[in-house]
Amino acid sequence: MKISGAKILLECLKKEKVKHIFGYPGGVVLNIFDELYDEKSLELILTRHEQGAIHSADGYARASGKVGVAIVTSGPGATNTVTGIATASMDSIPMVIFSGQVPTMLIGNDAFQEADIVGITRPCTKHNYLVKDVKDLAQTIKEAFHIASTGRPGPVLIDLPRDVSAGMAEFEYPKEVNIRSYNPTYHGNKWMTKKVTQMIAEAERPVIMAGGGVILSEAAKELTQFAKLINAPVTTTLMGLGGFPGSDDLALGMLGMHGTYFANKAVQNADLLIGIGVRFDDRVTGRTADFAPKAKIIQIDIDPTSIRKNVRVDLPVVGDIKHVLKDVIKSIKEQKLKFAKSSPWLTQVNEWKTEHPLSYKKDSDIIQPEFVVEKIYELTKGDAIICTEVGQNQMWSAQFYKYDKPRQWLSSGGLGTMGYGFPAAIGAQFACPDKLVIDIAGDGSIQMNIQELATAVLNKLPVKVAILNNGFLGMVRQWQELFFKERYSHTDLDGGPDFVKVAEAYGAVGLRATKPSEVEAVLKESFKIKDRPVFMDFACDWRAKVFPMVPAGAAIDEMILAEHVSEPKKHKNRK
Amino acid sequence: MRHTISVLVENRFGVLSRVSGLFSGRGYNIESISVGETIDSAISLMTIVTSGDDQIIEQITKQLNKLIDVIKVVDLVDVEHVEREMVLIKAAPKKGDKTEFLKLAEIFRARVIDSGASTFTVEITGDEKKIAAFIELIKPFGIKEFARTGKVGMAREGLKNT
Repeated sequence: MKISGAKILLECLKKEKVKHIFGYPGGVVLNIFDELYDEKSLELILTRHEQGAIHSADGYARASGKVGVAIVTSGPGATNTVTGIATASMDSIPMVIFSGQVPTMLIGNDAFQEADIVGITRPCTKHNYLVKDVKDLAQTIKEAFHIASTGRPGPVLIDLPRDVSAGMAEFEYPKEVNIRSYNPTYHGNKWMTKKVTQMIAEAERPVIMAGGGVILSEAAKELTQFAKLINAPVTTTLMGLGGFPGSDDLALGMLGMHGTYFANKAVQNADLLIGIGVRFDDRVTGRTADFAPKAKIIQIDIDPTSIRKNVRVDLPVVGDIKHVLKDVIKSIKEQKLKFAKSSPWLTQVNEWKTEHPLSYKKDSDIIQPEFVVEKIYELTKGDAIICTEVGQNQMWSAQFYKYDKPRQWLSSGGLGTMGYGFPAAIGAQFACPDKLVIDIAGDGSIQMNIQELATAVLNKLPVKVAILNNGFLGMVRQWQELFFKERYSHTDLDGGPDFVKVAEAYGAVGLRATKPSEVEAVLKESFKIKDRPVFMDFACDWRAKVFPMVPAGAAIDEMILAEHVSEPKKHKNRK
Repeated sequence: MRHTISVLVENRFGVLSRVSGLFSGRGYNIESISVGETIDSAISLMTIVTSGDDQIIEQITKQLNKLIDVIKVVDLVDVEHVEREMVLIKAAPKKGDKTEFLKLAEIFRARVIDSGASTFTVEITGDEKKIAAFIELIKPFGIKEFARTGKVGMAREGLKNT
């Protein structure tokens, strides 16, 4: 029996065990939305902007490990997804995005709401498709889910012309995919694995540097086992937070531009750096010529292009981290290698930890943003899913909340997308309805997808948004203060809305704290609310800065610490 | 250093733009690119001439391999190989120079494939050096039009550079 392309699409999604789709309707996807109208087993969540839909699908994917799915219409609907797709692409998040397209016979005619979205998203998807014949639809969807979720994951876009979703075809979902040109390497080379073991045995000052790959590969357990086995300190990149328990004694926290003093010190003095699922991004390495200068570098990654892209690598291992770590652990055990519980190296690392721990100004008059994050950590006992926007809020959330488990830290690492956190939190709440989901935001970022309040209210999602309101684009202001003679060009966000009233206007709850003593009460109050979102407006010290800070172009142990910097001298019209 | 990279790809629409987009998006240079179907019409062969240091070339080959539609990538510099390019040149030698022009063409085994009242069109096939030498020699005769295919290349049987 022949069924329509739209019906085929929904049947395919069911075969892929999709439950939630984030989307926004429009002219050329009417067929699909009409099919969805009676569909019981698929829930479409109507966002208020296509960018919101993509970030929600992304947050859903990050929190659950499943493939995020979104459906949007052609033209502006499709182009609105680009930022979200690029965000997912940079952070290797598995998603399948369906965009409507004008009918095949109109493609190329500059038709109403036509955009070459396959062309536009080519550089920011793992792969994309234009389906020209309804007969190819099921095969294409099968391939798309396979590509999105295997190897180094990533977003895949499928462009669906209206006549394809309206067209009729026999439906049979392919049982397997076989793409001759796509065969990711999962198992590391045996010789290389042996060599890893040997290098570890020879090392005196090893450091493990774990990234987002650990989380994507579901290898947190293996990583912890490995680190404990060789008794090496572990630093994580921004994307790797939660890949290793942040509260563990071996944890060094984040490294790089806003990494901890001790993580950066450890990396710069290590004689062996084991990079696991990292791509040595410039925010992590600082000046590459002086990155880990004393260390031999091992890099384990599933994506060969990540290896030796930015830094020299002495031993590359291409493979899935989970498999490779299992092999390495096995090899270490077979060789009966023993690692002392204490060593001069660990003593040194601990000295650095006490020398310059993460800290901030204690203040009883003005709310310090770090204090809010610390309180959130304390009150949630480290068990919440934390989403962030981008900027200072993101860095403080990375520093002052300790992530013990994977998939509880959702942040736009590679692209650095302001406006990511709130819709991502919505997606995460759908994926994990019983979890406490908190978006730690800035007053700048939250305004970039604030319309999603409607989505959260309508779906009765108890998402919390903690706005660290400093009236500034704080991170940029920080750079201006430190490197541009306090010339705050266009970073003052005066004229921002009353966030409590905004929340209330949407039917959400708005709370505010203006003094440090009110912070805890506001947070506790928000945690009691279970049937709708809460905006918490924390009036924070505008002068607060993220430290340590590695200036652009410096090596990562050339850090600016809080004590190196005096208070800003000038400030227009403020406090 | 200059490299000739041979890329087997699925013969689908959009593949060329995926490949060329990879180069432009990452700031790599394409000196020439030629594309054609192979014996299997589902597969095309691209021959790309590019240049860069070892790290850049390593990235180019890896990034090409990462594209879903790319089946196989061979950097011909790593293997003994042959390469050829074809150039069409329309030249307008002056009356007294025509004989010399045709002689030169003959020496280089360039074929005259068209002639008009004032021009000859010649076809020359060969490796880079031969073609460059020929062009240099006939420049003084006055080149009116010029078209080159870009290189195609192939590894030789069973020979590998060490």
